Amino acid sequence: MSELLIDNISMRFDLPNGGHVQALKNVTLDIKSGELMSVLGPSGCGKTTLLNIVAGFLAPTEGTITLDGDRVVGPSPERGMVFQQGALFEWMSVRENVSFGPDMKGMSRKESAGTVDHLLEVVGLKDFKEKAVYELSGGMQQRVALARCLANEPDVILMDEPLGALDALTREKMQSLVLDLWKETGKTIILITHSVEEALLLGERLLVMAPRPGRVHKEYRLPFADLGVGNDLREVKKHPDYNNTREEILEMIWNMEEEIMGRTEENA
Amino acid sequence: MGITILLLYVGAFLGAFFAVKYITQIFFSRVDYTSLKTVTFGDESAVKANRVASVLSVITILLLWVAFTNSTLPLPKAPAPFEGTVEFTYTAKAPDGATDDANVTIIVYREDISQTLDENGEPGQIPTTPEIEPGDGFAKNDATVVPRYGYKVISVRGNDDVSRRDGSEIVAINGQPIQPGEAIRLPEGDVGLTDKGTPFFEPATGQRMQRLYLPAPEVATERLGDLFVEGYRNFTLIEHTWISLQRVILGFFFGTLLGVPLGYAMGLTNWARGWFDPIVEFMRPVPPLALIPLMIIWFGIGEQSKVILLFLAALWIMAIAARSGVSGVAITKVHAAYSLGASKWQILRKVIIPNSLPEIFTGARVAMGVCWGTVVAAELVAAERGLGMMIMVASKFQLTDIVIVGIILIGVIGFAIDVGIRQLEKFLVPWKGRI
Repeated sequence: MSELLIDNISMRFDLPNGGHVQALKNVTLDIKSGELMSVLGPSGCGKTTLLNIVAGFLAPTEGTITLDGDRVVGPSPERGMVFQQGALFEWMSVRENVSFGPDMKGMSRKESAGTVDHLLEVVGLKDFKEKAVYELSGGMQQRVALARCLANEPDVILMDEPLGALDALTREKMQSLVLDLWKETGKTIILITHSVEEALLLGERLLVMAPRPGRVHKEYRLPFADLGVGNDLREVKKHPDYNNTREEILEMIWNMEEEIMGRTEENA
Repeated sequence: MGITILLLYVGAFLGAFFAVKYITQIFFSRVDYTSLKTVTFGDESAVKANRVASVLSVITILLLWVAFTNSTLPLPKAPAPFEGTVEFTYTAKAPDGATDDANVTIIVYREDISQTLDENGEPGQIPTTPEIEPGDGFAKNDATVVPRYGYKVISVRGNDDVSRRDGSEIVAINGQPIQPGEAIRLPEGDVGLTDKGTPFFEPATGQRMQRLYLPAPEVATERLGDLFVEGYRNFTLIEHTWISLQRVILGFFFGTLLGVPLGYAMGLTNWARGWFDPIVEFMRPVPPLALIPLMIIWFGIGEQSKVILLFLAALWIMAIAARSGVSGVAITKVHAAYSLGASKWQILRKVIIPNSLPEIFTGARVAMGVCWGTVVAAELVAAERGLGMMIMVASKFQLTDIVIVGIILIGVIGFAIDVGIRQLEKFLVPWKGRI
């Protein structure tokens, strides 16, 4: 199946003031088909940059990315994206948003109708098909974004803090939905998040990145994602390892933030 | 008079406010959410146009219009100018010391008599000087006519037996002693002596404006009807209006046709932005009115020069609107569309164009407003048809009613255009302001 290889990626660019930024340094990852990997890290650790490179929106200065042996040089429907918010097309109905990918391929509305209806049912928006997206709540809009991405049948789904703008309750429901969709579709998912809990619950693989230069700091293999499929996530949180891992990661990130702060103060 | 009107206006504003507030409290007390807010001063969302105030505002203006013009409508009026017949007596003193009295009869007629029609549909005539008995004594009676708001020096001694040349002096008016340069006030007007000792009469003007400055509402309305039916300068009002509108529509259409793609190009490529930036940024602050002379030199005074002028007025506004519409596209939307397999062309059609519509509509409203203002100004300078030309030519013939009708019409049409575009926007861009 599809294997995503991130091979020794570095990214460094010049600033107008003559300095430069090493956004990423020697990042190597091998992501197997069907893996759900969450990425955590303090701000400025390059996690969004990494995602944008995998999506093909940015070019690395060194290293290559290959998906199934094909080198990534730009955006493509094989790598779908789900953004935090504001990425839906307000001038289209829910249905038109979801069928955007098939439409771009030149599929007729009839051909894509089955997929679209099915996906809307999966994300629980069957009755909102003809609604305008700006009439929906934030959580519903993210459901549309998920459905829109899935409608294109990508090999890899890249999620850039997809639940970051939602309130806590909606967020929990959406986390379950993401897990269910992952299990049901078997897609490879890379999920960037600021929330340690979310990273723990959703990532069967969890990557902690460190800043300056952006690099992989530590990697975990976690059982919680599998436990969470079809289960109440609150039960998963009672797992004995859950709290320990959470504390460990929080401590790690906390130290990184402290270090950044210290460095900034020294500079100032 | 200006102070009177201002005070009345302020009085109407405040009086109506308290009256409406009182009435609303008694009869229409409604408890909606806003009415429960205790902090409204400074809370913009609690401020909503009071439509009763809007209606009363228009009514107030109409009432003031009626009150301070020579309107025949049965509504409260400011004091009228004097009209009718007035007499006064002067006392002449001969060089030998003898005095004699004589009467002066003055007919004060409407200053706009020639613009009115009598019952036969004929234009009114200035009244003829009445025949009067000369009377006895060496000072003889006189008669004359003077228009309202007028002023007339009356050589009363011209027909006297002892004339001014013979050394006659006027020493009293209506029995009151008077010196040259003085005047006495009668209810009908001021009678006085010029510095050289000749009587003059100035009818009382009251508090109303004469037709030349502001015609009564019914005069303007009547003129509106005439303009519809008979027209002015060979064209009916509809034709004048349509030609002005046509110029605006053509200019705006071509300006949009070129300006929007230009703006898109500037929003989408570095080269186009760099290339056109100096031109657009230079032309944007140049008022279109400043281009009128050049347009006339280049393209003459015909339709072409006007349409090109309006085209230029709309072009930069639309280009800038389209450019900022493109810049306003959230990058996540573009990224999402590319990840869903859209090509550049599809991105333009499905993402960039719809996303820039709100900005383009804002630009269109501004551009239409500017075009409408510019067309009127351009027609003021040179045109054979059009609303601007109509009011310009009418003003030269002192037809203030046509000028007023024209101005009102220009305002109404400008407003209608704006409302029209806003409605179209509501229909085409329902998501505006909701994301």
